[in-house]
Amino acid sequence: MPEMAGLDEGIPLFAQVAGRLAGEIADGGLAEGERVPSTNELAAFYRINPATAAKGINVLADDGLLEKRRGIGMFVAAGARQRLLARRRAEFTQRYVEPLLTEAARLGIDPGELLALIRAAGGEREGAWL
Amino acid sequence: MTPAISVTGLTRRYRDHTALADVTLAISSETITGLLGRNGAGKTTLLRILAGQEFPSSGSVRVLGASPAENEEVLRRLVFVREDQVYPEIKVSQALRAASWFYPNWNCALAASLLDDFGVRANKAVKRLSRGQRSALGITIGLAARAEVTLFDEPYAGLDAVARQVFYDRLLADFTEFPRTVVLSTHLIDEAAALFEGVIVIDRGRVVLDAAADALRGVATRVSGPCLAVDALAEGRPVWERRRLGSQASVVMAGPLSPGDRERARSSGLDLTSLSLQQVVVQAAAGVLAAAPEASFATERSSA
Repeated sequence: MPEMAGLDEGIPLFAQVAGRLAGEIADGGLAEGERVPSTNELAAFYRINPATAAKGINVLADDGLLEKRRGIGMFVAAGARQRLLARRRAEFTQRYVEPLLTEAARLGIDPGELLALIRAAGGEREGAWL
Repeated sequence: MTPAISVTGLTRRYRDHTALADVTLAISSETITGLLGRNGAGKTTLLRILAGQEFPSSGSVRVLGASPAENEEVLRRLVFVREDQVYPEIKVSQALRAASWFYPNWNCALAASLLDDFGVRANKAVKRLSRGQRSALGITIGLAARAEVTLFDEPYAGLDAVARQVFYDRLLADFTEFPRTVVLSTHLIDEAAALFEGVIVIDRGRVVLDAAADALRGVATRVSGPCLAVDALAEGRPVWERRRLGSQASVVMAGPLSPGDRERARSSGLDLTSLSLQQVVVQAAAGVLAAAPEASFATERSSA
């Protein structure tokens, strides 16, 4: 297998490139107003076809998360981070809570026990938050 | 835009067998296409015909708008790097010089830096090179020619994994700098998959798959787990492959999975894995796609 900086061969690469960029924006690694890597930079980094990288960037541009400045490149649009965080929050239940409930049911962990487990795990972290 | 390569109804018959049967395809200019298939599928015959080194029995072949056969105009704009290329008794530097006279876009500096990357010395006699080094020389000529149409036919006999990675990286880098139409025939699909924009799979002389590479990723899913649950999820869907061991089953299911399917799979303890491009190609070459309905190739449009 080639080393594609962690991309998964079973999922369209353009979607993963878009997802990685979106993740960086949400986490603040790419600040609003900052230039995002060019198609060629992404292609070289991930070792993928430039057209595939370009398609990944276009997904975010079409979504209004990136904006083009003629002759200079693509930049993170204002408000992009907030929009991405809101979207992640909306997906939180489906992505994390539901699988948790499914596995708990399979193991016979009842809701009370599950809550206690979550509290205990949270309490172990520095600066207990529950 | 007119495609760089277009082939219509191409058939190539030899005395006792048909190497290509009614092949029709088009390759857009400035793309990298993977030409894939099993040994003897017809890949080399197709590339040789595109390179003007062999003639069709019937059908039409257009490369850069004209027939490549005995057409100097086209052949100067085309480079063909074949597996185990044979060279006359000359030095590496002389082979490069000859290439530089022939190809109008030849880039000397690129050739020198490629040889250096591959660790091939220019003053060495070609016949004293190892098999891998001879492949490296072919690749060097193929890239430094910067020909509008660049055909690689299994160009890396004897090259180790490190040298192959050099080839992929340099191909991508030079392609972005100097876009051209590249066709790469290879068995090492997993290694090269991410380079391709398009993929053409040939089996027994026929095109069995011609698609955008990225659209094939995740186009089918392997579903594994308890038999009953697997059967329930796969019911009424095209299934490419089915295996069973005791109470466990594993099937390859064509078509995108809806979020509902995924939820059902999760709640019934099924394991889902998307097929990689290589796995889809293997299925294609095994002939399952011919039987599967066209609709099963509808791309799953996933968003960020």
